[in-house]
Amino acid sequence: MSGSNVKKKPIGKMLFMGVISVALYAALLMKQDFLNEVFGKGGVYAFLPIITAFVFSIVHGSFTGDFWTVMGIEAAKKKKEVR
Amino acid sequence: MHDIAQAASNFINLDTVNIIYLFLVGFVGGLVSGFIGSGGAFVLTPAMMSMGVPGLVAVASNMCHKFPKALIGAIKRAKYGQVDVKLGIVLGISAEAGVLYGAHIQEGIKKSFGESGSNLYVSSAFVVILAIVGTFVLLDAWKTKKSGNTNAEEKVTKLARWVQSINIPGTMVYFKSLNAKVSVLFTIPLGFATGMLAATIAVGGFVGVPSMIYVLGAPSLMASATELVIAFVMGLGGSFKYAMSGLVDIRLAMVILAGSLFGIQLGAIGTTYVKPYMIKVVMGVIMVIVLFSRGLMVPVYMSQLGLIQEISESSAKLIKGVSFGIMIFALALGAFIVLKAMWQGRREQRLAAQEAFEHVKG
Repeated sequence: MSGSNVKKKPIGKMLFMGVISVALYAALLMKQDFLNEVFGKGGVYAFLPIITAFVFSIVHGSFTGDFWTVMGIEAAKKKKEVR
Repeated sequence: MHDIAQAASNFINLDTVNIIYLFLVGFVGGLVSGFIGSGGAFVLTPAMMSMGVPGLVAVASNMCHKFPKALIGAIKRAKYGQVDVKLGIVLGISAEAGVLYGAHIQEGIKKSFGESGSNLYVSSAFVVILAIVGTFVLLDAWKTKKSGNTNAEEKVTKLARWVQSINIPGTMVYFKSLNAKVSVLFTIPLGFATGMLAATIAVGGFVGVPSMIYVLGAPSLMASATELVIAFVMGLGGSFKYAMSGLVDIRLAMVILAGSLFGIQLGAIGTTYVKPYMIKVVMGVIMVIVLFSRGLMVPVYMSQLGLIQEISESSAKLIKGVSFGIMIFALALGAFIVLKAMWQGRREQRLAAQEAFEHVKG
């Protein structure tokens, strides 16, 4: 395929997720006292840190993944191994 | 209300220096975990404690960064076809049981022998397990390198062949990474041991990955990728348990996650460039160095318990500093080997592509 080497880099998606990620971290660091109080309550509030962790991982995970792609660091293109 | 005040006092003041420090340690830890399936926790927990975070909050917050990190790593490596989800979940569930039992033992030891007794138990577990497993993994990697057969497909060990040959009706499950059916009566104790180790020394993968390779017969790349699924299952359950008691400091967990997601993506990419035995090299090197770090602390705890002659406070402090330094060195060296191997792999690929291009042109 001649087009395989000119794959478009996901710059737009990276920037979009990057902005959301920064916003999430800004909120996290600006609302520290509130978060400590509510998240530290325990019991049924245990869902809060778990949900937060999932949200951060999806947004920031997508951003970091695209970040390396945009930087040109991608997985090796290997020939299909015969197993 | 009293509980809230108590929980809030568990959470330290987070300044810029601390944030940068956690981000960087998170990055290096993530890089290593992306590559070998685990690691980083043995540095992160003491690193947080050195900032004044209480032990349990450090353990809880580390766990709460571990499961989302492992999730992202597992998804990434699944794209490369390296993850055996079924094996990961089967081992992960039994590992969860191991975590609970391990934590229970820890509590019992702490109650009977106090903080120093608990520390001595943790350090001794580190030393004994890492000495046996780490040396074995490193020797195996060394033998592969010496044989010059680094490109050959990994051989399934005699033990794994035996495990795969045992047929216990009603308990057999097919695992794609092994390309064989194995009785869950073998996987359950392995998962349990992984979980117990995770509860004790925070890095279950030091038993999980070698046992998948040597006992079950999984290829190194698949074992280290599948460990991420185990870490996710274990970390999710563990985090919830700690969060129920209000012990997770979400700020610490998310700041570490910020760095470690950069790292884990890079570590996962790295696995596609290296020969499989490199997983064993990195893992073995880290294990053996960490072993020395923990070994140094054994006499300190023994003296605190009055089992040996007293070690002065200043000497104990010095030993603790050296021990922590060695641990950071272990993680940094692991990361260096990963990056170097990746760099070489990329270079080789570029040269091969250039050669192929010139060949076609010529």
